[in-house]
Amino acid sequence: MIEVKNISKSFDGQKVLSNISTVFEKGKTNLIIGQSGSGKTVLMKCCIGLLDIDEGEGKIVFDGNCFSDLPEKKKRVTRKEMGVLFQGGALFDSFTVEENVMFPLNMFTKMSLEEKRDKVNSVLTHVNLVNANNKFPAEISGGMVKRVAIARAIALNPKYLFCDEPNSGLDPKTAELIDVLISELTEEFKMTTVINTHDINSVLQIGQKISYIHEGELWWEGDKDEIMHTENKELNEFVFATELTRRAK
Amino acid sequence: MKFLKDVGEFVSLMLQAFRRPDKGKVFRRQLMMDFQALGTNSIGIVAIISLFTGAIIAIQTSYNMDNPFLSDNLIGFSVRQMMILEFSPTIISLILAGKVGSSIASEIGTMRVTEQIDALKVMGINPANYLILPKITASMIYNPVLIIFSIFLGLAGGWAACYVTGLVPIPAYVEGLRSWFEPFSVTYALIKTVVFAFIIAAVSGYKGYTVKGGSVEVGRASTQAVVTSSMLIILFDLILTQMLLS
Repeated sequence: MIEVKNISKSFDGQKVLSNISTVFEKGKTNLIIGQSGSGKTVLMKCCIGLLDIDEGEGKIVFDGNCFSDLPEKKKRVTRKEMGVLFQGGALFDSFTVEENVMFPLNMFTKMSLEEKRDKVNSVLTHVNLVNANNKFPAEISGGMVKRVAIARAIALNPKYLFCDEPNSGLDPKTAELIDVLISELTEEFKMTTVINTHDINSVLQIGQKISYIHEGELWWEGDKDEIMHTENKELNEFVFATELTRRAK
Repeated sequence: MKFLKDVGEFVSLMLQAFRRPDKGKVFRRQLMMDFQALGTNSIGIVAIISLFTGAIIAIQTSYNMDNPFLSDNLIGFSVRQMMILEFSPTIISLILAGKVGSSIASEIGTMRVTEQIDALKVMGINPANYLILPKITASMIYNPVLIIFSIFLGLAGGWAACYVTGLVPIPAYVEGLRSWFEPFSVTYALIKTVVFAFIIAAVSGYKGYTVKGGSVEVGRASTQAVVTSSMLIILFDLILTQMLLS
């Protein structure tokens, strides 16, 4: 479980997040949704420690341990329990698919090469990616890049998985596959998964806990069933922005 | 103010980079790759420039010394002194600042804008240590080798020029190379080279690491890395020469 308590974030005096408090529950896919520029990515970057939160009462607590108060060196211990899927995948260009997935194993385990290969093949099979071990990131499709990035993120069996717009830039079919894959992995590995998205299909498909951010503030929380019947005006405008979703409602 | 901020950021980054590597085996692998990328891949350009420059120095010195009272062996002496004292350590370092510096800045800068550095950080890895320390170490070890190689090729270039053009007899050229030799001049050249190697790798690493934006900014960082390293090389050339030779 990840607790976000009263966090705020400003850039050059301009407030991007304002006093946000929420809980991301264990074993669930927790979605942060909102329009572009609403502060979703900033919130996620604060959670994983890539951005420092504004000084004050704010805290980010991972299973009872206050992560945001830790010095950088001690944060690294908690970070080893996190898997992060970046928007563009963030695969290492000079490494093959196998080397990318093996990288955290090389850095943090004492496994033999054979054991590491077995683990890499196991996670690549989990994300339905076979026969791509020796390809470089530039040689594979966008959907495959996301799968490799997911495989790398789960290689060390993390307790927390963060995904920043996991299906951006993908066709609807592949986007759905990625959503389902993340959801299945969350259940299988009992992870606390936090997904940052503005894709309504994802929201309706895998949103077990949804937090809606509007102009840097938390406006609504609920699940995928509740979101269809909410009275919140801004959220309705966001969810039912297209003719298709309005008709579906 | 911006200058002070840059200096502060640079020192802070170097303090992060100069830590014990997370895993020795991974560091050694990175180091080997950087020996190849930053050192071995520069041999060609260093060889061509050094060989031709040695030849040019020999011809120009000969052209400017038509006084019959000046000994022929001064040409060999001039080639040796110029190659050891200035050309190989400084000019080759400036060339490496262009080749290697832009490569380091653009590689690390691209990793920054494509979130690869963020990926390293959230994995619990110290990105500055993982990316920059091997490059600084590789440059500081390999550049002196390149400079020694450059000195010998420069001397060979001068010899070839004398042999082909008949400017001076070869024995006189060789005698000039061996005359009035101060071993400290080689130490001086190597000290300069190591300092310049640090400047090239560290400044370029810093410029790449602190890129914000996209491909345009990466290109700009690459240019800034070359310009800043070159200016610092010239500045430290003056400071070290004053300190070591005055």
